Amino acid sequence: MTPHATKGAAQYTTHHPRWYRTRVSTYWWLWKWCYLKFVLRELSSIFVAYFVVITLLQIHSLSRGPEAYARFEERMRSPLMIALNAISFLFVVFHTITWFNLAPRAIDARLAGKRVPGILIAGSNYVAWLVISAAVAWFILR
Amino acid sequence: MAETIQLEVTRYSPENDAAPAFQRFEVPYRKDWVVLDALNYIKDRLDGSLSFRWSCRMGICGSCGMMVNGEPKLTCATFLSHYAPGVVRVEPLRYFPVVRDLVIEMTDFMVKLRQVKPWIIRKEEKSIADGEYLQTPQQLDAYKQFSMCINCMLCYAACPVYGLDPLFAGPAAIALAQRYNKDSRDQGAKERMDILSQHEGIWGCTFVGECTEACPKHVDPAGAIQQYKLTAAKEWFKSLLMPWGTK
Repeated sequence: MTPHATKGAAQYTTHHPRWYRTRVSTYWWLWKWCYLKFVLRELSSIFVAYFVVITLLQIHSLSRGPEAYARFEERMRSPLMIALNAISFLFVVFHTITWFNLAPRAIDARLAGKRVPGILIAGSNYVAWLVISAAVAWFILR
Repeated sequence: MAETIQLEVTRYSPENDAAPAFQRFEVPYRKDWVVLDALNYIKDRLDGSLSFRWSCRMGICGSCGMMVNGEPKLTCATFLSHYAPGVVRVEPLRYFPVVRDLVIEMTDFMVKLRQVKPWIIRKEEKSIADGEYLQTPQQLDAYKQFSMCINCMLCYAACPVYGLDPLFAGPAAIALAQRYNKDSRDQGAKERMDILSQHEGIWGCTFVGECTEACPKHVDPAGAIQQYKLTAAKEWFKSLLMPWGTK
């Protein structure tokens, strides 16, 4: 039932015959840098998962003795793996930084009734990151 | 001759047009004019059939939200001088159905707003003789930011999640739920949690964060949603560890 069946009339739908609805483009994430940054941040989760799998494989080969571990290291030396790990590393750093910067927004910590400044929440994340990284580096490189 | 500026405005007549199209208008350029002044000039002097919503002209009523050069803006608070000498493109708020020209259909938002129960819920109302519900400045501070929302829906137009999944409750509705959850006088957090802990509630949000950027009142809906998620996760753990405590 179209009340005004004029030439070139809008597509009539059942409930709201005359409203125009714009379709969201598949490429909406290319409209703005912040949308692209968001999509890259989401995508970086895949690389975080990849690093977890690699670490598990590394521990697994370590548990099977020096020969197995040497084979693992050999596989990691291939240019393909180095390139993949380098890209993954960049994504994981991007993931970490973007999430640390967003953390103050998600945490409503209050001290003596006042909201704790965002820089303290983000800062403590960065400090923890540095301390843990330094501890791991010391353990491996000593 | 006085200086002018061009406006490219969405026109859509549901009876005659299959899809919206742009119409160009030339209006006087004045430094103290906002986009809404230019739209009113068009309506008064150039084409009286142009339709758009507005009311207070001072960023309080939340009626005049539109897309200005692709960004969701209150047109009463967006100066032409910001875009001069270029063409200013004015479109209806993104992701909402268009009724006519720059007028969008907002029933979806109104329904969602009501669903989150944005009012104070008490298990037992105090009698008038018992006096007011008192609140300290600190208790007020806990929710004040979220209470600044003017329901202008710019955050919905900024949210790609809402664009892709119209069932998503959306930034303003969740921020307003949080406004009442954080109010020391309110006891309805559990009722709201049951509604908003569903997939189309808080978990629909992927923290794009653009709602906060678009908000003219600095409400930070994205922050409100993440804080809500944290609370929901804590509640879920609590109910897992102490199932008897949730009843």
